[in-house]
Amino acid sequence: MDAIILQILNGLDKGSAYALIALGLTLIFGTLGVVNFAHGAIFMLGAFCAVTLSKIFSISYQTIDETQTDFLGNPLKIETPYVEHWFGPEMGSALIDWSVPLAILFSIPIMISIGVIMERGLIKHFYKRPHADQILVTFGLAIVLQEVIKYYFGANPIPTPAPDVFRGSFDFSPMLGFEANSVIYPIWRLIYFAFSALIIGAVFAFLQFTTFGMVVRAGMADRETVGLLGINIDRKFTIMFGIAAAVAGLAGVMYAPINAPNYHMGMDFLVLSFVVVVVGGMGSLPGAVAAGFLLGILESFASTTWATTTIPGINQIIIYLVAIIILLTRPRGLMGKKGVMED
Amino acid sequence: MLGLNKRDFTLLLIVVALAMLAPFLLNPFPEGSAMAQFNAGYPDLMQKFVIYGIFAIGFNILFGLTGYLSFGHAAFLGVGSYSCVWMFKLLGYNVMPGILLSILTSGIFAYLIGVVSLRRSGIYFSILTLAFAQMSFALAYSVLSNPKFNLTNGETGLQVYSNDPQWLHSAGKPDLPHLFGLSMRATHEMQLGAWQFQFNVGYYLCAIIMVLAFYLSIRIFRSPFGMMLRAVKSNNTRMYYTGLNARPYTLAAFVISGMYAGLAGGLLSAVDPLAGAERMQWTASGEVVLMTILGGTGTLIGPVLGSGLIKYFENIFSKINDSVLHSWFSFLPDGMEDFMVTIVHPFVGKGWHLTLGVLFMLIVIFLPGGLVQGGQKIRGLFTGRTEAEQAQADANQSTPAE
Repeated sequence: MDAIILQILNGLDKGSAYALIALGLTLIFGTLGVVNFAHGAIFMLGAFCAVTLSKIFSISYQTIDETQTDFLGNPLKIETPYVEHWFGPEMGSALIDWSVPLAILFSIPIMISIGVIMERGLIKHFYKRPHADQILVTFGLAIVLQEVIKYYFGANPIPTPAPDVFRGSFDFSPMLGFEANSVIYPIWRLIYFAFSALIIGAVFAFLQFTTFGMVVRAGMADRETVGLLGINIDRKFTIMFGIAAAVAGLAGVMYAPINAPNYHMGMDFLVLSFVVVVVGGMGSLPGAVAAGFLLGILESFASTTWATTTIPGINQIIIYLVAIIILLTRPRGLMGKKGVMED
Repeated sequence: MLGLNKRDFTLLLIVVALAMLAPFLLNPFPEGSAMAQFNAGYPDLMQKFVIYGIFAIGFNILFGLTGYLSFGHAAFLGVGSYSCVWMFKLLGYNVMPGILLSILTSGIFAYLIGVVSLRRSGIYFSILTLAFAQMSFALAYSVLSNPKFNLTNGETGLQVYSNDPQWLHSAGKPDLPHLFGLSMRATHEMQLGAWQFQFNVGYYLCAIIMVLAFYLSIRIFRSPFGMMLRAVKSNNTRMYYTGLNARPYTLAAFVISGMYAGLAGGLLSAVDPLAGAERMQWTASGEVVLMTILGGTGTLIGPVLGSGLIKYFENIFSKINDSVLHSWFSFLPDGMEDFMVTIVHPFVGKGWHLTLGVLFMLIVIFLPGGLVQGGQKIRGLFTGRTEAEQAQADANQSTPAE
């Protein structure tokens, strides 16, 4: 029983990332009808927002302390980050420590503007072109984005730690009545899950309870009629693209402490997120979220020793296997609607 | 001639000439000159040109004719490579059985995957093929290489070891892949003034096979079968309502293009007897899509051009480093020189993927028909005919001869 709970918890953090990326993909697909292969790259850019901020905070200047020597006998050089210099040592080190959560604030405007620029600058011209062209141009864009990041940040993963308070693990066992230390789980991953639940809730609430969201939903159902009613639906959809980019970006920012970001992390997630979207049903937002968590949890169950000894390598192929089975038995995915992408 | 009309026959002759004279054509700069680094006439690279040409020709039969965008074709390439190396391990280094087996196994693989994937179309088909390819990659990379049952040799890659049976191997045969005794690495070098030309057995084998594959693809394009595939692309529903079941046709196209990919994989192993799982990764599938699009989807010559161009960039661009750049821009004043080098630097050397991405985006945005469409536009400028008229003329030409 404790093992089962542990695996469900393990699945949640990957599932959250899948769900957030898939949610953004579905938002873009549902509103603009574009299959965005650059969405993984946006996720990666989000993670690099966190990296950039922590790098900016740790830019430091050198002072030479004549009284001390380093192990070679030279005068000791002390690196002091500028933030510590400006805000005092305590505040400064706290800023450095909290760079990942702070990057959330910093990344939202950046990601929204990246999304809007992408939509206005490139994707706008592809609405009337076939889906294959959209896939290809966004695929090209993804290559360009990831190569630019590779050029500036290098090919190696860059560790970006979470704040000290959140390092370490949380013991669920006493709460659930098991022996101590049978269900322990890193705190940051719990936060990641809570954060993504919050974002998903916010997106749904935004669509459900605001006038803007109502117009967007109406536009998803019948774009032409909404346009005829005198609403500038294109502008609203552009903003939705920005929001979708921000959702993926935030998923990336928060994911940075879990896995050190590298330039191809977006592509790795993209392939799986597409599988998630298709399993959930193209164009269905709840479907994308549900499928994201479902596949994340399935993947973590398949990685247990029991599963891998019974069927070797099951952890590598489980997601694809499930996707194939679902697509063949339920062609529209779990919650897909009729008439979406069925040309 | 050969069942082709005059226009297609000319095209075939051009391809034959290009393939046979490649060692000359790709070596335009004399040995030792500053431009010699742009020479592509060495066996390794020429082999890649024609092998990936075969891969792209096959992909184009599926994507160009039926419009089904498969994102998992690399799986067949990998299957072909593995089968060929297994033939080396079991029978010996003659390439013929290996190539035949690689076509056969990839055909079977393509049939199995095709039967399942072709039940869906559009993006669902792309995702299904992608899922199958990623699954094959995972299987080849880790699952099928455990000590009890080692089919793929995992991360190391499948290769021939000295304790392999090699039943048909006899003492006189070379210890490297060979065609009935003629080693694939055998290279005849010709010194002509300052130029050096290399004629490699492996290259010529691949080139001949590529020409055959190209001929077959022309026949498929011009046949009633090809016509049927085009009909699937333009309106599948109408086909269905006229009482035609399109699936056997698309399945046949899928299997044929899978066999082309397997053939390419087999040849990759034949020129270099080492098969690794990374050939099946989805980036490899993406690459063949790029090649086909870059050259021109649905055109005959396009995929060959596209694959040549991408492989050329990959090899030549990635070799350019900062010192080469400095020597190029040395005619500029110092500040300008450094500035130009800084600008160009991210696009060459390790960053050639960036060039590829930018080039690819430009092609998709401005030339959806690829290089072939670009060529037609330029031709249109000279002859004064518009693109639409030319397309009309091409369409008239492409009615099946039978």
